[in-house]
Amino acid sequence: MVIKTEPFVVNIGPAHPSTHGVFRMRTTLDGEVIVDMEPVFGYLHRGIEKLAEERTYTGCIPLTDRLDYLASMSNNLAYCLAVEKLAGIPVPERAEYIRVIMAELQRIASHLIAVGSFLNDCGAFMTPILYMIREREKILDLFEMVCGQRLTYNYMRVGGVSQDIPDEFLPALDKFLKEMPGWIDEYDRLLKENEILLARSKGVGILPRELAVNTSASGPVFRASGVKWDIRRADPYSIYDRFEFDIPTGSVGDCYDRYRVRIEEMQQSLRILKQAMEQLPKGEVRSDVPHLIRPPVGEAYGHIEAPKGELGFYLVSDNSIAPYRFHVRAPTLINLTALRDMMVGWKVADLIIIFGSIDICMGEVDR
Amino acid sequence: MTMAALPPDWPGGFWLHWGVFVVVIFVFVMATIMGFIWFERRAMAIMQARLGPNRAGPFGVLQPVADGIKVMLKEDIVPAKGDKVVHWLAPVVAFVPALMIFAVVPFQGGAILADLNIGILYIVAISSVTTVGVFMAGWASNNKYSLLGAMRQVASVVSYEIPVVLSIVGVVLLAGSLSMQQIVMAQDIPFILLQPLGFLLFFIGALAEINRAPFDLMEADSEIVAGFHTEYSGMKFALFYLVEYGEALAISAIVTTLFLGGWRGPLLLPWLWFLIKVILVFFVIVWIRTTVPRIRIDQLMALAWKFLFPLALINLIITAVEILVWPAGSLWVLVPINIAVMIVLVLLWSRFFKLGWGKVEV
Amino acid sequence: MKFERYGIGIAKGLSVTIRHLLRRPVTTQYPEQRLNTSRRIRGNELIWDREKCTGCATCAKTCPQGVIHIVTSVSIEENKYKVEKFEVDTGYCIFCGLCVEACPYEALFMGYAYERARYRRGELVLAEEGLLASDERKPSGYAHPEIAATLPKQTLLLDKDRGKR
Repeated sequence: MVIKTEPFVVNIGPAHPSTHGVFRMRTTLDGEVIVDMEPVFGYLHRGIEKLAEERTYTGCIPLTDRLDYLASMSNNLAYCLAVEKLAGIPVPERAEYIRVIMAELQRIASHLIAVGSFLNDCGAFMTPILYMIREREKILDLFEMVCGQRLTYNYMRVGGVSQDIPDEFLPALDKFLKEMPGWIDEYDRLLKENEILLARSKGVGILPRELAVNTSASGPVFRASGVKWDIRRADPYSIYDRFEFDIPTGSVGDCYDRYRVRIEEMQQSLRILKQAMEQLPKGEVRSDVPHLIRPPVGEAYGHIEAPKGELGFYLVSDNSIAPYRFHVRAPTLINLTALRDMMVGWKVADLIIIFGSIDICMGEVDR
Repeated sequence: MTMAALPPDWPGGFWLHWGVFVVVIFVFVMATIMGFIWFERRAMAIMQARLGPNRAGPFGVLQPVADGIKVMLKEDIVPAKGDKVVHWLAPVVAFVPALMIFAVVPFQGGAILADLNIGILYIVAISSVTTVGVFMAGWASNNKYSLLGAMRQVASVVSYEIPVVLSIVGVVLLAGSLSMQQIVMAQDIPFILLQPLGFLLFFIGALAEINRAPFDLMEADSEIVAGFHTEYSGMKFALFYLVEYGEALAISAIVTTLFLGGWRGPLLLPWLWFLIKVILVFFVIVWIRTTVPRIRIDQLMALAWKFLFPLALINLIITAVEILVWPAGSLWVLVPINIAVMIVLVLLWSRFFKLGWGKVEV
Repeated sequence: MKFERYGIGIAKGLSVTIRHLLRRPVTTQYPEQRLNTSRRIRGNELIWDREKCTGCATCAKTCPQGVIHIVTSVSIEENKYKVEKFEVDTGYCIFCGLCVEACPYEALFMGYAYERARYRRGELVLAEEGLLASDERKPSGYAHPEIAATLPKQTLLLDKDRGKR
């Protein structure tokens, strides 16, 4: 007797515990093996790019908070850089340093969530993510101290930052920097060498170097494929050329490499933070910027190395108080390009961890 | 230490003994399952730097009761295109065998519902029936996630029965009996020392059979939502939940009986020893669940057939040879030999595993 | 790739989790136990100072959500604008704090409170009287360093997480 088998279609998402938001994967399965996968997104589309066209340049900053809500500070920074480029606004020295401190703290916070939820997707029941959220909470405390919010910071302004850091910030930051390496060691002891994690993630979901370059991937996903590409070094913005740090890269481009690259980037961020804290000068934190900015007619592209990859803002000005065109180059959307190539041939369980290792944020993918 | 070989002279004869013990065991098992649910949640929470349930009752011990009340008041949803009868029957089929295991678990000398002379065989047979219930649930739900979960469950139970049974046979060889009572009485040295490899294989296999981490891929919440009980709600869901913990309790009790010397121990009351050992084993299960990630279905199969199965066979042969050539001598001599054998074999077999396999060309 | 780890990694992981049994949990039991928020908290609801407000409507122009409505009339005797209506629909407010920063006369403050849930949407629309400061509605130090200095110090998890039990 011949048993007739046929592949069947499973919709993973939009409401699924581990699609990190409202992402949907229309998967064709042959038993447990993925035969085909088609990503469907747009469930969280809020029209941010269009909304921004009728807001003032300053009024757009709260909108950028809501793109990648796990890394609002980085979004603020990228947008402010673009506007400053467009209007030619200088930034005071102290503000530059504060921005770097915030962006690097944000990178650690975002990577903590990325790694934690990746490990959670691997099935380590809540433990790693809870440990990491505990440390992220300490970073959020610091953010709350300077800007009064824990998620949508809205801290950076065109030409500086909204207000100076309070007196108690630097001692707290110092304490955090002293503690954090110990915590990272603990995460490594917990799962770095775990046999099951190695078996699950080594060699799984390989993004080959060629493909990574061709799909213009960026961020830890790109670097895990073995490319030494970091906007902080490749096109130094702000004052990143003053700091010493390494760019960790992976060798193969599998899920494990992506996880390791993120952990190592956290250590590098701690290095930058230490240097920035020592060099922090005194002075103004906000240059004299008119209340309603009217940049000259033109266009500008400001990009930074956000935790998830190259985040860019492309702005066109028609000399009015609102941008004529506001486009976001969202890193996670572009990193998703190679998703199908990474997944086909693996099992359902791998689909989840490959997807988790890319570290997406639907607020940014759908905008 | 002298012990009664059979249930003691129980006043009132067979039926009274039967009736009282059924009630006592049912109450005991239910209370212990409730306790275990609370214990797991609290222990896990503390290991995760949280507090865990602490509102209902002192230290939150009444949390499972509150959950039970809530779950009974919930709407019972049956999928429109599901098989209604099977959907209704599945939790019962899964739940009853999990409870029936306790019929042969000796809580202390003589405190046993039925001292079957094939006690351990009975456990092996009855515990696999739960799988039928699980598969019925997966099939009747008419849900792809449920079906995937049920298929995984069947595949893993079929594979893991073999190493589990083979490692039990080692114990039976040493004890010379299939009766749970006799196995405990034979353990002047706990069998964990005489059968270290057998214990390891049995524990891993048992974890896989009862769907505990790292083998919980039948209900892997991050992959297939909730596996076979995705479509269950209300009391039916609660029954599956009870099955999960009932099986965990049963496995803890069996490990205690087979390898840790059952109720035997100095100073304390026998049943207290039994309870302490069961809780200890359960704590280890919880501890493992807190720490390790989940393995993949093909890796699960590979572990069963390439690692546990050959090692269980070798373990059986070694045990048999030892009993043959050293029938009357002191068993203490065998302890270091067996531990050395275990270490060598595990190291040897670990070398056969590779990383990064499992991709299928499509 | 060869794979010869023999369970060492799992043992390491187990040692981390077991050590947490001796560590203090970091949870705060919220309704009973409250932490001090940041001195600059952008808490619920704007607070408006009627005396300082001149009705210039800078806040309304700055608001990215457009939730501030101001109606003024000219009062010739006093030679200034008179605020007839100052209304904020806090249901639409995103608490970005731009209005507070923009106010040239320092007449707007963010609130220090954070739990002001309402039963009806209508109750979220606050007008003149409802926007004034009171004991219940304290202003926070956002963009007002002089107020920040008077508020209690923020509790940090960094200080609270003291490790061993």
